[in-house]
Amino acid sequence: MSQSIPSQRQSTQYRSRLLQPETERSADTHPLTWRLRDDGEAVWLDEYLRKDGYQSVRKALNEGDPQAVIANMKEANVRGRGGAGFSAGLKWSLTLQGGDMPRGYLICNADEMEPGTFKDRLLMEQQPHLLIEGMILGAYANNSFYGYIFLRGEYVESARVLNRAIDEAREAGWLGPDINGSGFDFDIAVHTGAGRYICGEETALINSLEGKRANPRAKPPFPGQSGAWGKPSVVNNVETLCNVPAVILNGADWYQGLSGDRTKDGGTKLYGVSGPVEKPGLWELPMGTTGAEILERAGGMRDNRQLKAWLPGGASTGFLLPEHLDLPLDFDTVGKEGSRLGTGLLTVVPQEMSMVALMRNLEEFFARESCGWCTPCRDGLPWTVKLLQALEHGQGEEGDIELLDKLAADCGPGLTFCAHAPGAAMPLETALRHFRHEFEQGVGKPRGEAHEDPIPVGQV
Amino acid sequence: MAIIHVDGQDYEVNGAQNLLQACLSLGLDIPYFCWHPAMGSVGACRQCAVRQYKDEDDDKGSLVMSCMAPAADQTRISIEDEEAKAFRASVVEWLMINHPHDCPVCEEGGHCHLQDMTVMTGHDRRRYRFRKRTRRNQELGPFIAHEMNRCITCYRCVRFYNDYAGGTDLGAFGAKDNVYFGRYAEGTLESPFAGNLTEVCPTGVFTDKSHSEQYTRKWDLQFAPSVCHQCSMGCNISPGERYGSIRRIENRYHGEVNGYFLCDRGRFGYGYVNRSDRPLLPEWRQQPDEEPTTLEVDTALARITDTLRHSQRVIGIGSPRASLESNHQLRELVGADNFSTGIEAREQACLALMDDLQRTTGLHTPTPRQIENHDAILVLGEDPVQSAGRLGLNMRQAALSRREAMGEKIGIPAWNAEALKTLGQDVYHPLHIAWPTATELDDVATRYPLAPEEIARLGFAVAHIIDPAAPVVDNLDPATRDTAQRIADDLMAAERPLVVSGGSLVSDSVLQAAGNIAQALARRARQGGLVLIRREANSTGLSLMGGQTLDWAMDELTEGRADAVVVLENDLYQRLPAQRVDQALARADIRVVLDHQRTATLARASFTLPAASFAEGDGTLVNLEGRAQRFFQVYEPGYLRPEARIHESWRWLHALAAGLRREDATDVNLDEITAACAEAHPALTGMVEAAPGAGYRIEGLRLAREPHRYSGRTAMRANLSVSEPRPPQDEDTPFAFSMEGYSGFDHPRQQVAFAWAPGWNSPQAWNKFTDEVGGHLSGGDPGIRLIHRQPGHRDYSLRIPAAATAENTLRALVLPSLFGGDETSARAEPIQQRMATPVVILCHIDAEALDVHHGDTLVLGDSPAMTVHEQDDWPTGWAGLPAGLLPGLAQGEALTLSKTTGGEP
Amino acid sequence: MAEPVSTSTLIGSDGFELHPADETAILEQLKHYEQPQAACIDALKIVQRRHGWVPDDAIPAIARVLGIGPGAVEGVATFYSLIFRQPVGRHVVLVCDSSSCFLTGFDELKQALVNELGVDYGGTTSDNRFTLLPVCCLGACDGAPALMIDNDTYGPVTPDDLPRLLEGYP
Repeated sequence: MSQSIPSQRQSTQYRSRLLQPETERSADTHPLTWRLRDDGEAVWLDEYLRKDGYQSVRKALNEGDPQAVIANMKEANVRGRGGAGFSAGLKWSLTLQGGDMPRGYLICNADEMEPGTFKDRLLMEQQPHLLIEGMILGAYANNSFYGYIFLRGEYVESARVLNRAIDEAREAGWLGPDINGSGFDFDIAVHTGAGRYICGEETALINSLEGKRANPRAKPPFPGQSGAWGKPSVVNNVETLCNVPAVILNGADWYQGLSGDRTKDGGTKLYGVSGPVEKPGLWELPMGTTGAEILERAGGMRDNRQLKAWLPGGASTGFLLPEHLDLPLDFDTVGKEGSRLGTGLLTVVPQEMSMVALMRNLEEFFARESCGWCTPCRDGLPWTVKLLQALEHGQGEEGDIELLDKLAADCGPGLTFCAHAPGAAMPLETALRHFRHEFEQGVGKPRGEAHEDPIPVGQV
Repeated sequence: MAIIHVDGQDYEVNGAQNLLQACLSLGLDIPYFCWHPAMGSVGACRQCAVRQYKDEDDDKGSLVMSCMAPAADQTRISIEDEEAKAFRASVVEWLMINHPHDCPVCEEGGHCHLQDMTVMTGHDRRRYRFRKRTRRNQELGPFIAHEMNRCITCYRCVRFYNDYAGGTDLGAFGAKDNVYFGRYAEGTLESPFAGNLTEVCPTGVFTDKSHSEQYTRKWDLQFAPSVCHQCSMGCNISPGERYGSIRRIENRYHGEVNGYFLCDRGRFGYGYVNRSDRPLLPEWRQQPDEEPTTLEVDTALARITDTLRHSQRVIGIGSPRASLESNHQLRELVGADNFSTGIEAREQACLALMDDLQRTTGLHTPTPRQIENHDAILVLGEDPVQSAGRLGLNMRQAALSRREAMGEKIGIPAWNAEALKTLGQDVYHPLHIAWPTATELDDVATRYPLAPEEIARLGFAVAHIIDPAAPVVDNLDPATRDTAQRIADDLMAAERPLVVSGGSLVSDSVLQAAGNIAQALARRARQGGLVLIRREANSTGLSLMGGQTLDWAMDELTEGRADAVVVLENDLYQRLPAQRVDQALARADIRVVLDHQRTATLARASFTLPAASFAEGDGTLVNLEGRAQRFFQVYEPGYLRPEARIHESWRWLHALAAGLRREDATDVNLDEITAACAEAHPALTGMVEAAPGAGYRIEGLRLAREPHRYSGRTAMRANLSVSEPRPPQDEDTPFAFSMEGYSGFDHPRQQVAFAWAPGWNSPQAWNKFTDEVGGHLSGGDPGIRLIHRQPGHRDYSLRIPAAATAENTLRALVLPSLFGGDETSARAEPIQQRMATPVVILCHIDAEALDVHHGDTLVLGDSPAMTVHEQDDWPTGWAGLPAGLLPGLAQGEALTLSKTTGGEP
Repeated sequence: MAEPVSTSTLIGSDGFELHPADETAILEQLKHYEQPQAACIDALKIVQRRHGWVPDDAIPAIARVLGIGPGAVEGVATFYSLIFRQPVGRHVVLVCDSSSCFLTGFDELKQALVNELGVDYGGTTSDNRFTLLPVCCLGACDGAPALMIDNDTYGPVTPDDLPRLLEGYP
């Protein structure tokens, strides 16, 4: 008995893994994952250096032209892998530097909390030096004097690995003063969070980094103008930064070529699937791979269930239907279908799942994770939850669905302070559009008489 | 200037503002919550959405938050757009989800911004059918009541309390739809500006506890434009009265003095007006220790004039807490040669010096609001928050405004509050404070804990660095030299350096040093400023009026050169040692005391005349800028208490003077008295212009003291008599004791009793009375400056004190104290609850010499036990004692402190 | 006269003292940041590591060490879900309730946890061993349904796995 406890813990322990064997991965085609080991152990400095590690830092710093790094990134059009899809190179080019502008910060957004997303964990746990290398390049391009990896507190293993890797890199002179004799100084600290999804919003993340409540900040000014402690700051996702070394080493054309003619977005993407599929997992595939291909790699639906709908990239993306499976999953194509690529990790919904119940679960998440700053998000989302709960239990009233329509519309982009509520509105709006009948089934009552105006207006 | 297009109309607006502010300034109504004119925009509530179009051809546009969009030239918006209106209705609906339906029992009701905005957006029925969340409230001390169920999470409270006022104990707790605004732990709100939460909060979360105990709706209160009497700042207030007592004090907007905010002494210190022990009738006492008998007015006047007429010489002792008019009438009664200001000699010398410095150093005295534009400040020997309350807030804004300069460089507008806060974290305009102990401004300042003489020496050294022609300080230690250099560098680098000093240390040399710095800066032809803090509401006025010192008056009596004294609203025991006052009063055969409080001095009176407090009388005060401001009677005490015989002191004194001349006391009015005062004192000539006279009318109407919804007037006195008498007639001012009269905002005026406009019942209604929101009253800000720079030359003062030498004596360093340091407000109950327990601050060496430790107690004679507070950097040889603790204690007086002997601590 | 309010000039009142090692650890964190407030979350975690939660009196104590206001510290302490402002059990079970887990058996797993522990969200078992809390997506969606016990992440977890899994946390 006592021996079985550790084994039970062992066997149930979660491990991040890539479902592609080493044989399938190469430096030419899998810039993010080709160095990963089949045994899932982290690639430490020696091995990383053996596998061309820090070559791009050597190259960029030797060339001594930060603007060239930015130009390269712009040309490669590496779009933000945290979900927003904004060009990293463009973001870097807008960062204030020079003149009497103080050197700022390069912040890695490693606060991976988007429901259905488990990609950054893999990169951090198994290939920490790739991220460090990407950060050095980002810092060099943006004249950042210090870097933070803002890591969610639950990623205990990532923290352990990253801290060890940072020590290794510092020891070997890849971090600290005068990196590789270039005269460029830069160092990194791992900052672990204490929960809360909103920390993934880049300006909320900065507030959290500063030890404040993670309310987002108004933009403009953008972090590149006034970020952490008011200094120009760049916030990039883990996967985005992990793309940088290969872009710098191999060039923008090569990067663009990785996705072939599937899409105009270049590079590869860590795609994944979770939900009731046979083999939920993670793969590095060319940008623009279709949902169908990814679902096939996952072995299709579990137990021969039917696919009803899917979220292309996390809870804050809109529902797509089986008919959308053949679309290339890139930022613009998915955008045209009323959804977003998001993080590119698919969540599949089986036929028997109630969309009302699922929406209730999603909205509970968004309502709970609201920072409480702006009214639509703070007070609107809990109302959607209550309406959905009522509908789920057949207690909905006439008008509830229209109210949900209005709530979803009122939580749209531009109306709320940040993208959190729009993220909650998008699945709701698409679910109401595609599966309205399921919601209608929850309406079991007329409009409550008790709520009617007891004294008609004008007769008081 | 910019042109914006709103719903098809073109308007010229201030392009530096955001669209919300610009539209409100135009008189267009857009609902809002989180935005506040003094605190800028944060975009949290989303209430102020409007549709903005890209250009002329854009017919689609998109919704934007008007508070977060610049009022840039050629901006096109629609407030009336249907979608914008629908969204704004949604926002109020969300805010009301958890808001209780308790308006009828809520103290905010009737002046609630949330009510106003809900009506404005048309939200009139609830669709939310689920359970509301409920909260627990906190006990937040004697000033503020807390009802969190009403909270709409606009974040204004924390933004004011923490970001604007520098508080640290209030916070926003929790997240999602469960954000709680309160103290980190139950207890008294520490900020001396906490009271502003009652006006900053758009609904009834934070309400005035002093009002609670005698609650009246805004519409049932009678108001008059008044001026706070609790320090020399001269904040404009709007006291509200019902049934013969003051029920609350609200801020009265003044674009240059107090803006939207007051300090807690001013807001909650009015309780002395309502004290039940106030003298209501003239009293007579044959022997000093016998119970007084009350007299009818005529009898009292006759007896007093009779006895005074038989006196050989009458000394009149005036008061810096009484109006110019009353002081002048006293002076008229006793003659200029027999008139004392009632101010202790050293303080009076300091006041005279301050007037002189304001005129002659060459630096202008900025208004409190202008202080906020100064980019380097040196405070020499003052603790501004303790000595002048509200002024400390202005100085904090000056320090914080560095961020605005930084923001300008990268295009962040001044109204983008959170962005500027982010950009300029812990970056402040230099604020140097030479003061021996902690101040409320320390978090944004560099403080030098020095003894009074060292503060003066530091000041002289700074002046010498700025202008080598200023005298050099001998034997300056290197540390002080470095400090002086740093301060001088900051002042010289600034565009608008400011020197702040004042009378708190009662030190000629500190003021002379401040004068030298001011003069040195003036020579550099920068737009510098000089602010000098006086102690009491009319200290400046009394100084301008002039008169003998209190010490002189005491001597005249003690030495038998006078046998009668008339004391005006002044407790002499607060100013001089009891023994000396006793001695002097004992020699006077006749002691006439006019006051509204039963002070120790009044207890020694042979005749007492019940004086009006600020609430029952009119008069003029001069604040620390030198601004003469009129305060108006709020209510007529005799209307509800027919037995009361309370009158302005100037009226009593005028009657006494007439009696002395054996004339009938013809009635007199304020305008005549004010004019006489102005005529008699060249320095006060301008005071007539401080406010319009009694004949002022708008559209032929008097100005109403009561809102037009004022209820119950006809039954007000029903407990006394069923027939309603004619309302009191006010011959002194243009105001009527009535709801009849003008109370609107469309005719610009300076004197506004209360702010109300259709749809705007809350304090936000002030925005209808200003030229632009957050600007000046549309009729001009009230008051008139009496002290002006004079051309000419001032010689640098050479009165540099010698470096301190080790002495064995311990001297009193009386520290101004916001709660307790002011004679009258210290008589108000909530202020008493906020007073600190008696402490004495000592340095380690002196504590050791007295054989006491931190937390032990000491006494001075028969004083209450004082807890020893050891402060590491406190100057040796000084004992820090909060003002008000030991009445009559002189600044710098040698002390013999002794340990308490057993018994109670 | 009433109780003194703790203004800066007066004697401080509350008695909680940070463990010296914790204070050192907090001060160590300051080195990483431009401003002391940034160490606030770290400081709360350090205190939590020692006490299991953040006691009320630790708030002003942390505020003093960092030189910031207690209101700000409490604002942060109550904002973040992994800072506990109420006592918790020796082990904290964080069960992921986000979409992927919801689609793969969260309801059953959570019900099994409630049955096993005898407490619902926010509850602590009577032997003070476990506290059950929800957590937002653990980033272990390919191992859904997932949960975390202390620093260990598990997934996929079936109701049957629970008894022996929990046994590992005495």
